Amino acid sequence: MSTTLERIPWWRDRRVVPWIVQAVVGLALLLVITLLVGNLVRNLTAAGLLLSWRWLGQPASFDVAESLIPFDASMPYWRALLVGLVNSLRVILVGLVGATLLGTAMGMASFSGNGLLRRLARVYVEVIRNIPLLLQLLFWYFVVFLALPNGTAAFQLPGIVLSKSGLYLAWFAQGLSWLGPELVNGVWQAPLRLSVEFTALLTGLITYTGAFVAEVVRGGIASVPKGQWEAATSLGLHWSASMRSVVLPQALRVIVPGLNSQYISLAKNSSLAVAVGYVDLYSVSETTLNQTGRALEVFLLLLGSYLIIDLLISAVMNGANQLVQIRER
Amino acid sequence: MTPIQTGPESGTTPPLRPARPAPESVQPNWAGALRQELFASRTDGLVSVLLIMVILAAALGLLRWALAQAQWAVIQANTSLFAIGRYPVQQQWRLWLLVVLVAALSGVSWGLLRAFPRADRSGEIWPFNDRLVVALLGFLAAWLPAALALGLPLQLRWWVITALLVTMRWLAGHWGRSLPSRLVKLVPLSWPLLYLFGMVLIAGGLGLPRVPPSEWGGLLLTLLMASFAILLSFPIGVVVALGRRSSLPLLRWSSVLYIEFIRGAPLITLLFLGQNILGYMLPGGWAPDRVWRAAWVLTFFCGAYLAEAVRAGLSAVPPGQLEAARSLGLSMPLALQRVVLPQALRIALPAAVGQFISLLQDTTLLSLIGLLDLLGTARTVMANPEFLGKNAEVYLTLAVLFWCCCAALGLGSRALERRLDPTHSPV
Amino acid sequence: MQPSPRWLLALPLLLAFTLTGCADDSGSGGGVQSMKLSTIRGRDKLVCGVDGKLPGFSFLGPDGTYSGLDADTCRAVAAAVLGDPAKVEYRDLNSSERFAALASGEVDMLARNTTMTLSRDSAGGNGISFGPTTFFDGQGLMAPVASGIKTLKDLAGKPICVESGTTTELNLADRMREQGIAYTPLKFQTGDQTYAAYLGGRCVAVTSDRSQLAAKRSSFPKPDEHILLPEVMSKEPLTPASVNGDPAWADAMRWTVFALFQAEELGITKANVAAKVAEAKANKNLADLRRFLGVEGDFGKQLGLPADFVPKTIAAVGNYGEIFERNVGSGSPLKLERAENRLWSKGGLIYSPPFR
Repeated sequence: MSTTLERIPWWRDRRVVPWIVQAVVGLALLLVITLLVGNLVRNLTAAGLLLSWRWLGQPASFDVAESLIPFDASMPYWRALLVGLVNSLRVILVGLVGATLLGTAMGMASFSGNGLLRRLARVYVEVIRNIPLLLQLLFWYFVVFLALPNGTAAFQLPGIVLSKSGLYLAWFAQGLSWLGPELVNGVWQAPLRLSVEFTALLTGLITYTGAFVAEVVRGGIASVPKGQWEAATSLGLHWSASMRSVVLPQALRVIVPGLNSQYISLAKNSSLAVAVGYVDLYSVSETTLNQTGRALEVFLLLLGSYLIIDLLISAVMNGANQLVQIRER
Repeated sequence: MTPIQTGPESGTTPPLRPARPAPESVQPNWAGALRQELFASRTDGLVSVLLIMVILAAALGLLRWALAQAQWAVIQANTSLFAIGRYPVQQQWRLWLLVVLVAALSGVSWGLLRAFPRADRSGEIWPFNDRLVVALLGFLAAWLPAALALGLPLQLRWWVITALLVTMRWLAGHWGRSLPSRLVKLVPLSWPLLYLFGMVLIAGGLGLPRVPPSEWGGLLLTLLMASFAILLSFPIGVVVALGRRSSLPLLRWSSVLYIEFIRGAPLITLLFLGQNILGYMLPGGWAPDRVWRAAWVLTFFCGAYLAEAVRAGLSAVPPGQLEAARSLGLSMPLALQRVVLPQALRIALPAAVGQFISLLQDTTLLSLIGLLDLLGTARTVMANPEFLGKNAEVYLTLAVLFWCCCAALGLGSRALERRLDPTHSPV
Repeated sequence: MQPSPRWLLALPLLLAFTLTGCADDSGSGGGVQSMKLSTIRGRDKLVCGVDGKLPGFSFLGPDGTYSGLDADTCRAVAAAVLGDPAKVEYRDLNSSERFAALASGEVDMLARNTTMTLSRDSAGGNGISFGPTTFFDGQGLMAPVASGIKTLKDLAGKPICVESGTTTELNLADRMREQGIAYTPLKFQTGDQTYAAYLGGRCVAVTSDRSQLAAKRSSFPKPDEHILLPEVMSKEPLTPASVNGDPAWADAMRWTVFALFQAEELGITKANVAAKVAEAKANKNLADLRRFLGVEGDFGKQLGLPADFVPKTIAAVGNYGEIFERNVGSGSPLKLERAENRLWSKGGLIYSPPFR
């Protein structure tokens, strides 16, 4: 045994080759990183912009259009960035719910007995997936939402008013009194107002992600064995009932892992808010960079925030995944 | 093992396609009649009528707008900007030459694909509805230049180019089988060569005057960025995917780090990194032009996602394949190259094409960092006082253009998938 | 197994070798940085950051050429440095990316209707170096006539469109805070989106430099339906800029722009510059003119420019008055008054220090 080992040349020796490969790769990586970081430090020092977080405490001196937490121009940068983060989270959360609902409906529709509905669901998916999201967002905002009428001409449904200045919804006002939108001096007032930028961004994100969710849902439903449908139908269950109580619960096992990545891409895509004038984290970061010149710090903050959001979504979805998997006893 | 079949897909892991045509299986008595399709029950009928009304209203509204209200002059007057940006007029012959070469080579490749149908599928040519494609091409060549109100010389050029493509297809289709096989094998190889030559034609060099990247724009820049990123991201994706599955901890961890870093961040923040920070990271004068910087960011971005697609492909190849290859005495690199990767890449193809389609779409983000890609050019055009407020026309045109490109890529990928499929029926 | 220790031994050597190599690289990289002029000459192109979407200042026309006051400033500098006004590579920059582009060496200079401010100029701020102001402006507000808005106070509680990353964004915040008016700032990354949103009726007013507002208004389908409010909210000296830390390059740019002012003062135009040079050459008594046109003395050399940079520049783009009239004044659709931008001798602020 030892004699054969002796004869293997070193470049074929399985105990040596991996180490050499790793050493070469490691060295190359180390070199590149040293070069990049070294230059970065040197150039930033020369520009007087070496990593520092003191600027976060200085007043931002710009305003933001909408914020869930109190903010004005005299508050520091960190507060402005926090406003951006909260705004991002808001659109991501609502977007997730909306995209799931739309996607599930469309995914289910592609199994409908109605041929028209089925084809329409396909057309929706094929149209939306092949057009860039940014283009869709610009279209929604500049072509659709900015063409909406204002004031009395606005679209009105009981409890909902859609106008150029935003989406007005009925909600609980002080206490538990239900309050709908009303026109005061030509301006709509409502307990819950979503700005048109938010609404446009949300519409774009939901329709876009919805198409991908629909595909995930369709794949999930298709993975349920045909016999399950037949069994449900033979028990006398209606289409919707068999879908709801037999097929969908089983499909969830395939759907939930697929949703994870769609949710994460929705979260990341929300950074396109900057194109439609919604003040999200990226938008605030860009303004901050412009005023402070702190490119590296701003980038690190951005990266960290999105990473945390991604991890949060993954964690929640992993939990959900464990819930829907078959528990074997 | 069900191969993962996907269509165009943005971002991350591929959604699962049903392994068999599920809708039919739900409704066994699908058999035909419109009545059953649309009016099977009272609710169905109601839904159908409602949908038909909505669709009709939408279609009519769109048609009325497109024909009566929309002012397409914004597209017609700016075709050159949309197509090539500010590419200098006296150098544009280079682009025409490139278009002619691409058309000729596409014609040849197309014809050869017809001439050499899959051996195990006699009679089935690729793509099977290819007369339709020719008809469509003819229609486009006739209608598009006229609709864009191009001058007659330009219209003529497009007709000639289309005629060239169709003729080459016909010639190669008819005589392809009688060509020496060595010549036929050269054709796929000529594509990368043409790409390199095209880069030289576009950018200059080899005696041609240089045209700086800042003067490329419109569709030219979009296609260039997308193709560059797609081509270069492929080796990155394969290497990183192999690295991620490697048993060597350093390789594995650096691959994981790279993939997670890229996939964790929105593309726009990475472009931000490329535009604002990369300049600090390279020695003075080393930093490439910002167009190239964006191209590299796109490449590395795409590479990480591609790595995940290839990894899925790799894990779908049974481990026995590698073991068999190794036991035949192939070295690790050779075993990977000859046995494992071909299978893995074929499985990864749909997901990879999905990734490429989403990359093509992602090039629109370049407009957010001030590059004049198709969307960036569109925004410049819409700032022109003459065309102010023509958002709908411009955005719709771009949407149609992108849709056609992406859908064509998707169709092509499905056709290629069929051609590469080793079995008759997957599953 | 024997060769492997040798191999491992080679590793540190390799490491040391490559590390020294990389140190060398970066050392030489640092030296080139302060040689902007030679970089420009070596490249034979001036890279000029512009807006690109602002009629009258820098605007990319359908034929693919740039026009405007800022674009002409770029051309003037290219003519002075490289002898050819066509050797300019324009870069369209957002307001929010312009300083990063300048700081990273992406562009050699900015002529992008940029307001000179302390924090942009200072080393502790954006750290860029401003030249002479080419357009004295002030921030204004534009609103539709039909809205009945006359003053800032009328804007209480209303949405106002503004381009993000601009001084106007900050001035707006300041003015509104001073007066205690609550409002909604709708911020867009680029000017075209800002005005698209305004025209779309999303906001009741748009704020920017008054010249820009006038320029945009002139491009609207119905300019009469929009008014500029009389209120001037700030001083906005729009100034070309170069990167800090290269005084020679900053001087070259600065004095090229001054030459445009001086030429107007001396009555030298694009049309008569050749005649003036001939006249200066013929007449030794015209000392001022001879120095200015580079017939005598070495002003060009002192700046690191060709001796005849002034006549080259004027022949390329004309004097400041010509540039103004052609792009934003009576010869343009904007039809702006010269106002503050008249020569100092006519009561304006355009003033060149002596060429001496």
